[in-house]
Amino acid sequence: MEKRVTFSRWSIGILFAVPQLILIFTFFYWPAGQAVYWSLTLQQPWGGGNIWVGLDNFRSILSNADYWKSITASLTFAAISTGLAMLIALVLATLTDRQLAGSRLYRVVLIWPYGIAAPALAMAFRFILAPEAGFMAVVNQVWPGFWDPGLDGTDAMASIIVAFSWKYVGYNFIFFLAALQAIPRSLIEAAAMDGSGVIRRFWDIQFPLITPTIFFLLVINITESFQDSFGIVDIMTSGGPANATNLMVYKIYSDGFKGLDYSGAAAQSIILMLLIIVLTIFQFRFIERRVHYR
Amino acid sequence: MASITIRDVYKSYAKMQVVHGVNLDITSGEFVVILGPSGCGKSTLLRMIAGLEDISGGTIAIDGAIVNKLEPRERGCAMVFQNYALYPHMSVAQNIGYSLKVAGVPTAERTQRIQAVARILELEQLLDRKPMALSGGQRQRVAMGRAMIREPKVFLFDEPLSNLDAKLRVQMRSEIRKLHRRLSATSVFVTHDQVEAMTLADRLVVMNGGRVEQVGTPSEIYSRPASRFVATFVGAPAMNMLEGEVTLDGLSLLGGSRRLAVSRASLPVGSKVAVGIRPEAVRLVAPGTTGALNASVDLVEELGAGRVVYVDLDGAAFSVMTSEAVHPAPGSAVGLQFSEADLHFFSSETGSRLDVFKASVPVPAL
Repeated sequence: MEKRVTFSRWSIGILFAVPQLILIFTFFYWPAGQAVYWSLTLQQPWGGGNIWVGLDNFRSILSNADYWKSITASLTFAAISTGLAMLIALVLATLTDRQLAGSRLYRVVLIWPYGIAAPALAMAFRFILAPEAGFMAVVNQVWPGFWDPGLDGTDAMASIIVAFSWKYVGYNFIFFLAALQAIPRSLIEAAAMDGSGVIRRFWDIQFPLITPTIFFLLVINITESFQDSFGIVDIMTSGGPANATNLMVYKIYSDGFKGLDYSGAAAQSIILMLLIIVLTIFQFRFIERRVHYR
Repeated sequence: MASITIRDVYKSYAKMQVVHGVNLDITSGEFVVILGPSGCGKSTLLRMIAGLEDISGGTIAIDGAIVNKLEPRERGCAMVFQNYALYPHMSVAQNIGYSLKVAGVPTAERTQRIQAVARILELEQLLDRKPMALSGGQRQRVAMGRAMIREPKVFLFDEPLSNLDAKLRVQMRSEIRKLHRRLSATSVFVTHDQVEAMTLADRLVVMNGGRVEQVGTPSEIYSRPASRFVATFVGAPAMNMLEGEVTLDGLSLLGGSRRLAVSRASLPVGSKVAVGIRPEAVRLVAPGTTGALNASVDLVEELGAGRVVYVDLDGAAFSVMTSEAVHPAPGSAVGLQFSEADLHFFSSETGSRLDVFKASVPVPAL
């Protein structure tokens, strides 16, 4: 039976909850409420009052082809980088789980990328993937014009996907490895006795048993790819070339703080929030059904 | 049906050697129980037969073919695990039929064979349930079914009954025995429970510290233990052991406080021995009876059908199992009587059995 802590007077319980409630209100509900308010008004760029415009901000954004391009870019980025980060992490974790020599070391080393701030790792990848020096320069020498993220939108998108995936591979790896190690060894052995080979065992036993973790990481990765991508885009491409990497989160910043369109940016942030909420609800409704909880 | 031949098998992990050169022949259709305390290497040996552990040295052959390098699935063994190891996300039917599915057996045949196994194990009503929704005994039966359906050459059991409650354990024990009679597949059963071992085994292998101490039928092991370890490990309550020294006219026990006249001692005078006597071979008599050792009662354990009387013999603990209606009070004096034929002698240095004392006359204690 679950044991619950009870207080003799409800006011004591409220007192314990107040600090957290204040934090959530100050840093989440208040700004979010402000954003909703701004998105329904027209802000003066230099300050000095605002005019109520209803849903005009949303109408103008959603009728803008550039914004739809940004949504498409964001969804592409989210799908590919989440897929890549999770797939690579799962392969690495499965190999490590098979007690590869030095698996303890991988566990430590692979979490480090997650600890690096996005702009810092973006700076590193800007050098690593530079077309004029280093490895990609050699590739460019063999196939001239093969790689130039400064000119080619696809190359630029590939660059930010690589940088983002690299950061999240480590994060996903830790969760996958923990989930794999939580599967009793005797289950794997029983499957081996039942005649199942390594690959078959993975699909029949391990994969179904780590679906709760896969689901969790899917939700986190998709959400983060919409939000945590800002630093990488800002340093590596600044949304270019030709808006090819102008992800929704970056467009909010550039329209709001560079273009001084506060109201449009506020409306965009509301749309981004709604998109993430809808995606998360979708995942819980349709993907979670296929998850086996033990 | 298959024979298993184990030759000089040892197992070492990075720094530690856990199995030291085991030799064992298991004939086709035999039910062999490996008995030993935890950490004696019995499970490791079983897992080496199964192919779940690498064999560090020596060879294991099934039906004459050496299997050292074969994958578990190529050895034709089925194993029942201690914690059942049922696949939690599969139904009972899927659990039982998994090996057939892997082997590519068509669905129709698979269903038929699952049904057949379920009928034997009385699992027919539970085929759609998940392991979570089963009781311990039912899980155990599913684990058995998963092993049975493959019709393996060899059944391996790794302490399969130790997670069950006492009543269920007795029931499953007889079911395993019946099942073996019915399938007559070669079976190797690992346990630390001597009652389980004695009741199930055609032949018993007693292991200790990575070595085989003795191989024999349960009654051989009980009546002629090959070493001091086997003598004290098999039998409950454990065999009494008294340290002694060979003298000119017999044995001096417990540092000289007691003397035992044995009819013939062919060991050199002065050699140290341990004298073993089973609690159930000792009779309680009135103190001072001729030929009896006098002792004082420490504690009486009532077992219903009989009782265990713990006595103090000059500071050494000694137990007597009696089914007679005697109820000595703690602190009272009793006499202990036994015949020389029931004595076991073990070398104090090596612990191995000494068969040098032969006699048939009652032992006069001096």
